[in-house]
Amino acid sequence: MQRFLDLVWVIPALPALGAVIVLLFGKRIGEPKAGYIATATIGTSFVWSVFTFFALQSQHGEGRHHVYNLWKWFAGTGDFHVNFGFLVDPLSVTMILFVTGIGTLIHLYSVGYMHGDPRYSRFFAYLNLFAASMLVLVLGSSFLMTFMGWEGVGLCSYLLISFWFEKNSAAVAGKKAFVTNRVGDFGFMLGMFLIFSKFGTLDYVRFGSHEALTGVSHTTVTAMALLLFVGAMGKSAQVPLHIWLPDAMEGPTPVSALIHAATMVTAGVFLVSRAHAFFDFSAIGNGIHAGTVVAWVGAITALGAATVAIRQNDIKRVLAYSTLSQLGYMFLACGVGAYTAGLFHMVTHAFFKALLFLGSGSVIHGMHHEQDMRKMGGLRKFMPITGATFIIGWLAIAGVPPFAGFWSKDEILAKAFFSGGAQGKALWAVGMLAALLTAFYMTRQVWMVFFGNERFRDSLADDHGHDGHDDANAQGDPHESPITMTLPLLVLGALSIVGGFLSLPFTKPNLEFLARWLEPSLEGAKDIHPGAFTSGFLLSVGAVVVGIIGIAIGFTVYKRGLPDDGVDPVETKLGPLANVLENAYFFDIGLAKFVSGPATKFATFLAEGIDRKTIDGAVNGVGRTVKEAGDGLRRMQTGLVRNYALGIVAGVAMLIAYMWTRAI
Amino acid sequence: MNPVLFAVLNTELEKPRIDWPIIAPVVALFVTALVIVLLRAILRTQPKLVYQLSIAAAFVGLVTSGAFVGNEWRIIHRSGIFQTFSGAIAVDGMTVFVQAIVLIATALGVLLALGYLRREGLETPEYLVLLLLSATGMLVMAHANDLVLVFVALEVFSIALYILAAFDRRRAESQEAGLKYFVLGAFSSAIFLYGIALTYGATGSTSLTEIATQLGVVDPKAHTGLLVAGFALLIVGLGFKVSAAPFHMWTPDVYEGSPTPVTAFMASATKVAAFAAFLRIFAGAFAQASDDWRPAIYVLAVLSLLVGTIAAAIQSDVKRMLAYSSIAHAGYILIGLQVANAGSKRNELPGTAASLFYLLVYALMALGAFGVVQSINHRGETNHAITDYKQLSKRQPLLAALLTLFLLAQAGVPFTGGFIAKLSIFRSAVDAGQYQLAIAGMLAAVIGAFVYLRLVVTMYATGQDDDPDAANEPRIKLDVGSRIALTITASAIIVLGVLPNWFLDIAHQATQLLTR
Amino acid sequence: MNLAISATTIGAQHYFILGAILFTIGATGLLLRRNAIVMFMCVELMLNAVNLTFVTFAKALNDSAGQAAVFFTLIVAAAEVAVGLAIIVAIFRRRQGATADDIDLMKG
Repeated sequence: MQRFLDLVWVIPALPALGAVIVLLFGKRIGEPKAGYIATATIGTSFVWSVFTFFALQSQHGEGRHHVYNLWKWFAGTGDFHVNFGFLVDPLSVTMILFVTGIGTLIHLYSVGYMHGDPRYSRFFAYLNLFAASMLVLVLGSSFLMTFMGWEGVGLCSYLLISFWFEKNSAAVAGKKAFVTNRVGDFGFMLGMFLIFSKFGTLDYVRFGSHEALTGVSHTTVTAMALLLFVGAMGKSAQVPLHIWLPDAMEGPTPVSALIHAATMVTAGVFLVSRAHAFFDFSAIGNGIHAGTVVAWVGAITALGAATVAIRQNDIKRVLAYSTLSQLGYMFLACGVGAYTAGLFHMVTHAFFKALLFLGSGSVIHGMHHEQDMRKMGGLRKFMPITGATFIIGWLAIAGVPPFAGFWSKDEILAKAFFSGGAQGKALWAVGMLAALLTAFYMTRQVWMVFFGNERFRDSLADDHGHDGHDDANAQGDPHESPITMTLPLLVLGALSIVGGFLSLPFTKPNLEFLARWLEPSLEGAKDIHPGAFTSGFLLSVGAVVVGIIGIAIGFTVYKRGLPDDGVDPVETKLGPLANVLENAYFFDIGLAKFVSGPATKFATFLAEGIDRKTIDGAVNGVGRTVKEAGDGLRRMQTGLVRNYALGIVAGVAMLIAYMWTRAI
Repeated sequence: MNPVLFAVLNTELEKPRIDWPIIAPVVALFVTALVIVLLRAILRTQPKLVYQLSIAAAFVGLVTSGAFVGNEWRIIHRSGIFQTFSGAIAVDGMTVFVQAIVLIATALGVLLALGYLRREGLETPEYLVLLLLSATGMLVMAHANDLVLVFVALEVFSIALYILAAFDRRRAESQEAGLKYFVLGAFSSAIFLYGIALTYGATGSTSLTEIATQLGVVDPKAHTGLLVAGFALLIVGLGFKVSAAPFHMWTPDVYEGSPTPVTAFMASATKVAAFAAFLRIFAGAFAQASDDWRPAIYVLAVLSLLVGTIAAAIQSDVKRMLAYSSIAHAGYILIGLQVANAGSKRNELPGTAASLFYLLVYALMALGAFGVVQSINHRGETNHAITDYKQLSKRQPLLAALLTLFLLAQAGVPFTGGFIAKLSIFRSAVDAGQYQLAIAGMLAAVIGAFVYLRLVVTMYATGQDDDPDAANEPRIKLDVGSRIALTITASAIIVLGVLPNWFLDIAHQATQLLTR
Repeated sequence: MNLAISATTIGAQHYFILGAILFTIGATGLLLRRNAIVMFMCVELMLNAVNLTFVTFAKALNDSAGQAAVFFTLIVAAAEVAVGLAIIVAIFRRRQGATADDIDLMKG
């Protein structure tokens, strides 16, 4: 058993090997087999991870922090060296379990989903490569190793978003993701350099707890923490670096599920937890506390994204904004020092969000690549398994007990509430509001897609046959997906139900499994006192009530699906709504008024005002500057020898002029 | 008889001892070149045979020379570093390191050229002679411990390169490249020589060792205008050869016009040799005056990064794009030179070692990238616009994959030598407290990634207007030479990325053995 | 070095300044003239200006190394002439005239 701790390198190596095999021989292996080979490698990795988990569990104390150096990757002389090493500790083992576990399910799902794609094997190579990079990211024993994985997942994400690059929007989205992530990466790199220049090492072992950082000023450590957080913001799509994620949905749906919902976007949360010592240390000092920034960025993202999600009509974009919102929760938790709660939500979120995404993919597949929810409705009859599992996911994300999302979200809100002072209460209030909106928009989605009137007939009639999708169902009705797609849905559905039991908020008997398990990795993190049992209980009740209110509102608005004219009530402005007032849905309309007024405007502002103009403008601005500077240089490069000689003379003049100042 | 002349004639002149083992590598190459010229003259009626023989001779010469370089390394390890030929030649770790890179680059350059010369109908022994003579000059450059010898070595390899650039007489571009390189090269050499004269006037010697001693005595604040003007002009001359901005303007035109294997050789070996002189003169002899020249190198480094990266981003020709990127690479190496022996609390990887390692990696990356470009070119050096690389992955999957590797290495992607090289440079800059330079380098690397990825994406992306028969285009049959050369460069780049320790150690040892 | 010019004696500094002037004339000529051969002659002028400077310093420093350097320069210059003229002549054959400004196939 013990040996598995040293053999941990097998876990990323297997999918990497799979990627190489599929990339080289994919065409020859043929369609379904290439997918199964890819799935088998990541599946074996999962089994291996389980063994690693047991091996680590059998250790105690120091043994739960095992560093295995594969080889000395980069050795200067002296004490500087970078090991190609892996760190096995509770945090990394938690990460690999869920990365490989969910990864396997999504690989399996893709076998069905990508059926018939001309670049079938290429897709699986990328997917495997992604898994390998992600595993290096979480298993790395130093910031540098993590950064390597970080870049790897960034590259794979770029390749996969623009996988269907024939679609212009996909190519653009890929580029956008790439650019935005580079901004974050730059922060990460600067953070690393600052850490290295102060401590002379990048090994995580050195930064176990905040006591290890004494000797460096609080300001410096805060700067390090914030720079690392900039990296985390890029990868985890936090405001204002969130813009790439909704567009990233142009990629194939399994990619959205695996990379842009379940795993890669959580890398930021992982990094903040891994580097928690810096955030904790910065909290001790007076002045800016890095954690405060993290918490508020998270809170703003959670609330902002939730409002935006309300008015989306694309089934995947709703989920994309929802992902933003949920990631915001995780950062909120990390910001107040409740890393366990953040990681807990990360795991449960991975379950139910992967489920929801795969469910949406199944819907899209069944609807012959239709993504507009306004053209759906009543689908549960046609796709019973997808419908049922999607509903489980909905209950989980809406925070209905005992589904997974309830426990983790409740813990985050409670920890925020008790984290102290007015700020804790304010964060809690923002979280509650976001929870209300979450329940609402998810209810809206479920009803628009699976219940209410069937609105797909017309659209399917003209669409069918053009999407190149070979299908037996000639009538064009939606159909249930094949077993390779529904099986992962069922497994994830089950996990979304029971996932919450990983860590229950009861200390007597001690059921906080995850919290206890992660403790060695988060040494020295602030312990948030949970307050009296009754107040904790009241908070939970409040969270449930908020969730139910959100669901109730959504239900009343959408219980019949969309009205016949196909207009979403949320979008309808005040005037046209006057008629509906007579229908005794006064409450609905009041809310709809609110939502369609300020909330919609705010949402529009977030979605378009900031996105399109400011940030796209900035990105384009950089591009234009480079282009213009390049054109300037090109004009100087006239091709004439004499002009080049003039360039040399100008350089001579410059140097002589400078040197002259030295001589005097 | 004039009494003075009489006295001179009667004085026993101090004859420099000829240290044969030390100059053996140089002699080996030079003799090989002469043998080929003789063969050409003797067997005038059988040009085919002469060509075959000269190829064989070239490899024998290169291998022999390589063996002698190995012997030098052994000598240094046995008896330490020393100077010979009255101090005009230095024998130290850097010499051996640089000579090894030059010989490898030359051998790969010959391998790459064989198939190209056949395709273009240029199969003449003169090509090999010029290549070997140029390499001879570079080997001397690695030794040169006297400014006059530096100048002679510089001219020896440059003059051979002028002809090589213009070697394809049928192509106007090749001739234009030769003329531009020649006129500007001669101009910059004259400036360099004037720099030598001024330095000589200010210090009273052209020997680097004596200059260093002299500078150690003089108060750095009292440097005369003569001396600092000498510094400036020397920087210009060397900056031209390494194509640092603002002395870079010849680079894109010459790289584009020259026959591609010449470009590959020029980009790799020339830069190595010129940087060797740069390091030996500035980081070595002028170390005491580093306050004078360091800010100038700083500006040159930043300008090169800026110009190289930005101009590469808008190029529509692959050879020009690679030329601009070589300017950016010069910028990174200049960072290493800038911090070459800056005071540092943890001086574990001085800039000199980082620069040497970068040069090794760069030489391989450049040879590989230009090697692929050369194979993709059609007869007459066409087909190197970026648009010609569309869908290359379908048409020529192997070449596309190789080019991708070389481009990713140049972008500094982990697990390629390029990553370690950039990391070493940045690290030495950070160690020396030059944070701005490290950040400038990183920014350039970020923009640079776009440059390289743009080409990679072009090769792999497909669009509506694609040629459906692309996959059926006949695969380019690589000749044996290119195949060997590309295999060596590609595997070396991966080895340098995965197991760089040994090479970093060597680079480091090489600089520890630097004579002062 | 004292560069003040005295009316009566001609010293090292005068030769040095003459060298500098010649060098500048050469450089300026290269920038201004269009004919490739004249440009090349300007380079030769620059090299000879440097030679003068070398000899001047050798005399002033009473050191023979500067004079030796001149020989190397002369040899190098001769080699450059041979190669340079060959290249220029090859281009002449292709096009009528030696105007360097016509040679701009590659730019940008």
